[in-house]
Amino acid sequence: MVEPVLQISNLVKNFGALRATDGVTLDLRPGEIHALIGPNGAGKSTLIHQICGTLRQDSGTVRFAGQDIGALGVADRARLGLGRTFQVSSIAPDFSGLRNVMLAVQAKQGSSFRFFKPVMRDKTLIDTAMAMLERVGLTARARVPAAELSHGERRQLEIAMALALGSKAFLLDEPMAGMGPEGSKSLTRFLDTLRREAPILLVEHDMDAVFALADRISVLVYGRVIATGTVEEIRRDPTVRTAYLGDHA
Amino acid sequence: MILNRETLINLVLAALLLAVPFAADALGQPFYITLATRIAILALAATGLNLALGLGGLVSFGHAAFFGIGGYVAGILAAHAFSGEPLLFGLSGTKQMWVIWIVAAILSGLVGLAIGAISLRTSGVYFIMITLAFAQMVYYFAISWPAYGGEDGLSILVRNQFPGVNTMRPLTFFLICYVVLLAALGLFALIRASRFGTALQAARQNEVRVATVGIQPYRIRLTGFAISAAVTGLAGALFADLNRFVSPSMLSWHMSGELIVLIILGGTGRLFGPLAGAALYVIFEYALGGLTERWQFFLGLILLVVVLFARGGLLGLLAGKAKHG
Repeated sequence: MVEPVLQISNLVKNFGALRATDGVTLDLRPGEIHALIGPNGAGKSTLIHQICGTLRQDSGTVRFAGQDIGALGVADRARLGLGRTFQVSSIAPDFSGLRNVMLAVQAKQGSSFRFFKPVMRDKTLIDTAMAMLERVGLTARARVPAAELSHGERRQLEIAMALALGSKAFLLDEPMAGMGPEGSKSLTRFLDTLRREAPILLVEHDMDAVFALADRISVLVYGRVIATGTVEEIRRDPTVRTAYLGDHA
Repeated sequence: MILNRETLINLVLAALLLAVPFAADALGQPFYITLATRIAILALAATGLNLALGLGGLVSFGHAAFFGIGGYVAGILAAHAFSGEPLLFGLSGTKQMWVIWIVAAILSGLVGLAIGAISLRTSGVYFIMITLAFAQMVYYFAISWPAYGGEDGLSILVRNQFPGVNTMRPLTFFLICYVVLLAALGLFALIRASRFGTALQAARQNEVRVATVGIQPYRIRLTGFAISAAVTGLAGALFADLNRFVSPSMLSWHMSGELIVLIILGGTGRLFGPLAGAALYVIFEYALGGLTERWQFFLGLILLVVVLFARGGLLGLLAGKAKHG
């Protein structure tokens, strides 16, 4: 078996008396899209925070790219190649899309302590960033302030930044949220190709997208993974049907 | 190259500041040279703060500490040079401005590093309060330290020297301050356009985004804060030489507030915001101060209008919204 890129084992997180993450074990294998679904309040966000490093687990381990990252901060995990997008797109609004991606490129090059050379005359930064913007289809909007980009364009911008980091895994938190039917369709097509770059842990409510994309699905309810399997297995699983899917399956 | 509107306004401002003292000198009105020098030095101090506040979004309410430290460096080094008493570790004082500048900038930068290292673990209102608290500590330390004048302050009998020129001549001293200001503005422009400046400005706009690309916002901010402190400290040294006097009032929270007001008046984060703000402030102080003792009431009104209706300050009004590339 190929070693997983991301391996979460027996993860536990308590908030007072509430056990938000209850012994979660989950992995992400090369080339796959692993969807994480579950009702609101199931602990998806808490789990993501522990993977990214904004929250520290109480017990259990998070291994990424062959290394225990459970004690590292957000920036260190990102540098190891954990690229993510947010439920509400996280961008630098005053900067153009181009300069946003250039920030990611300079971070990847490991050199933010340069004080004198203007970035807007730095061809290595600009060219790499433009290449990333082209991949997500934002070339024409590269010079527009990010604050003026549409919801969907901001999501593309976030993905371009994750690409620029040379991410070894993508963690996408509800990328379809607020996208509209057309946007969802084209983003689904794009994510389908993105998995060739690096595996994707996809947290998503849009079941059409999940069923279209996922190689495997894990269902999180009350902080526990109640089932993991292929799309067919999950569709048929009786506990999942009662707990979550309802008529949708 | 076609000049954009902001660059043009900046050039006009720089030219005006240079022209006034020459005119005043020709007309035999040295008072106006002092006024222009005051503008240049306050603009320099605010340019330092603009690095932290304008680029980094760090609302430091404690920059008077660095301004005052720079001032005391000038005063103390000059006093020792005058009396011949050795300073720490047998080092002697000096009357050379450029030595004083280096010491002032380095010392302020180091204190900025220490204050920043603690303060930057907080944010928002807590950051404002903790920087204020540190500055007040420095203020009360200066008041209770009799060796250098305590509450009464410290006089600099003869203005410190600069090789090859007579610094006692008002126009000459103005030109020195003017050149230092231009150099600091150049530094600000370089930093703003650099990779470091990109990260610093991104940390202001969205801290989570910066961490998510793998850059630690704390280190970026701390570095920015220290550079900011060093520039404001340098301005303090010049201010002490302008007045030939340094006192704890340079360290008081009024001074910290004044620097913030200058930036807001001129345009936060704009290259020439501090100069525009300092010019407005000093002109108000002079023009309104001549009419009424309560000129600060009217300054308050103007500030209110700026904050409510002209967020970008004077430069925002004249040059439109800032462009960030």
